[in-house]
Amino acid sequence: MRKSLLFSMITMLAAGIPAVAGAEVSRGAILASTCFSCHGTDGKSPGDMPSIYGVPAESLVKTLQDFKSGMRPATVMDRHAKGYSDDEIHEIADYLSKIK
Amino acid sequence: MNTLTRRRFMQWMGSGALTAISTRAALAQTGSGGKSGKHIVVVGGGFGGATCAKYLRRYDSTLEVTLIEKKPEFITCPASNWVLGGLRGMDKITHSYDKLQSRYGIKVVHDKVTAVDPAARKITLKDGAPIEYDRLVMSPGIDFQWNAIEGYDKAVSETIPHAYKAGPQTVLLRKQLEAMKDGGTVIISAPGNPFRCPPGPYERASMIAYYLKQHKPKSKVIILDTKDKFSKQGLFMEGWEKLYPGMIEWVAGSEGGKVEGVDVKGMTLVTQSGLVKHKGDVINIIPPQKAGWIAQESGLTNDQGWCPVNQKTFESTLHKDVYVIGDSSIAGAMPKSGHSANNQGKMCAAAIVTSLYDLPLPEPSHVNTCYSLLSDDYGITVAAVYHLKDDTIAGVEGAGGVSPSDAPAMTRKREAVYAGGWYDSITADSFG
Ligand SMILES: Cc1cc2nc3c(=O)[nH]c(=O)nc-3n(C[C@H](O)[C@H](O)[C@H](O)COP(=O)(O)OP(=O)(O)OC[C@H]3O[C@@H](n4cnc5c(N)ncnc54)[C@H](O)[C@@H]3O)c2cc1C
Repeated sequence: MRKSLLFSMITMLAAGIPAVAGAEVSRGAILASTCFSCHGTDGKSPGDMPSIYGVPAESLVKTLQDFKSGMRPATVMDRHAKGYSDDEIHEIADYLSKIK
Repeated sequence: MNTLTRRRFMQWMGSGALTAISTRAALAQTGSGGKSGKHIVVVGGGFGGATCAKYLRRYDSTLEVTLIEKKPEFITCPASNWVLGGLRGMDKITHSYDKLQSRYGIKVVHDKVTAVDPAARKITLKDGAPIEYDRLVMSPGIDFQWNAIEGYDKAVSETIPHAYKAGPQTVLLRKQLEAMKDGGTVIISAPGNPFRCPPGPYERASMIAYYLKQHKPKSKVIILDTKDKFSKQGLFMEGWEKLYPGMIEWVAGSEGGKVEGVDVKGMTLVTQSGLVKHKGDVINIIPPQKAGWIAQESGLTNDQGWCPVNQKTFESTLHKDVYVIGDSSIAGAMPKSGHSANNQGKMCAAAIVTSLYDLPLPEPSHVNTCYSLLSDDYGITVAAVYHLKDDTIAGVEGAGGVSPSDAPAMTRKREAVYAGGWYDSITADSFG
């Protein structure tokens, strides 16, 4: 757990992202926090929604892009994914994949 | 970053030094002279307030966060229509504040806020001593415009429920439905925009029909509406036709739907300047609304009764260092929903934390998804992604929208399952 937090803080420092005592307040964090309403805090779903925690960044990016293009069937994620640019999809995926 | 530097960084951080340094540096910048934590007071432990308190502590664990909520437990409006339909019990929609205290170190005070003094940065409580704050977040939800429908006030709501704040009102309406004879008429009066949960009255009509179809199939539901159109209208009507043919009647505002008064003894609603009277066996009046009482009291509202806020930070445009989120706030295109309030709570937490440390606030982003159940296995949604456009919160073009019409039963069933999943996730994200 410690290790990934350290890595993410290093990345944050390198990228000049504000770090305070706690979690980062980056654009990735802001975007990803909107996922938590349906998928649970940190992407850990307590019920029937799929968890999105612990998924590698590449597969999150691919899934979101496939939702966006309509390649992957969805109930509502197709309508959500269209709301994000490719850069934003990467930011979401990077942030989510680093949560431990 | 090369390996050597990285290793040194890791050694540093292993000792907790880096966290301390960045915080100290930031604190020095704000001139707070090394004081370890600021005090943020959050008023209202609903979807907005609870989420904001939790994310404030997640973003900055040195903050002291006090959440003030007048009720001992939170009973959610989301899923309260499912209680009316008989799909859930009240216990399944009741949530405790324990986890916010034990997991996130939030001080939860059960008391009623009676006044806010923005100049002195102080709030007054009904029972406890006044509390000072560095920043104040208000998420007091809605209150009703009593007597906007003539004769409908708080006292009358004890016999003709609104059931638009979940709790005893939900139980009362459910009991009235249970006591109604087969062949009875249920009338729902729906308000004009803006109001809490735009699909709420129509999900309610569906859930009532779901119950009636099983137990009192000769009964009817009439919706008398102030509006001429409503959220997910096409999908609701398609579903009603399929599931409850002939059972639900909707009367548009321009066709005489706007309720003007109530005759309590006669169990009658009056429309069209008294020309038409509708008699119901069970009546549910959802009155027009305004920001929560304490927001009005504190001078945070405009002349329409809602709170104007900075669309990026949710800071009130009327009082400095006071933030308003959730149903009380005017949040651009976002509907007044628990989902919106939850998102706004996070954004507001980020805005407060970054402002305390004089750090830049990332571009805002929000999502809303409103699930509605038409039966136990028939769900529909409306969704949107929001960003800041021309200084207001606007939907991202090309994204969002409603579930497809004429979709196969399987799709409706999936959305019904996900409605339950949504509920479990959002309540966990807000309260646990
Ligand atoms: C029937 C119905 C169904 C709904 N379904 C959904 C749904 O499926 N999905 C969805 O997203 N939304 C839904 N909603 C909407 C949702 O309930 C609200 O939008 C949401 O609760 C708003 O959050 P809030 O924090 O602004 O207010 P609330 O959640 O109402 O919280 C306000 C809190 O503040 C407290 N409070 C107020 N004044 C004071 C004071 N002076 N001192 C101390 N405490 C105070 C109150 O006790 C309350 O706990 C539904 C609403 C209804 C009525």
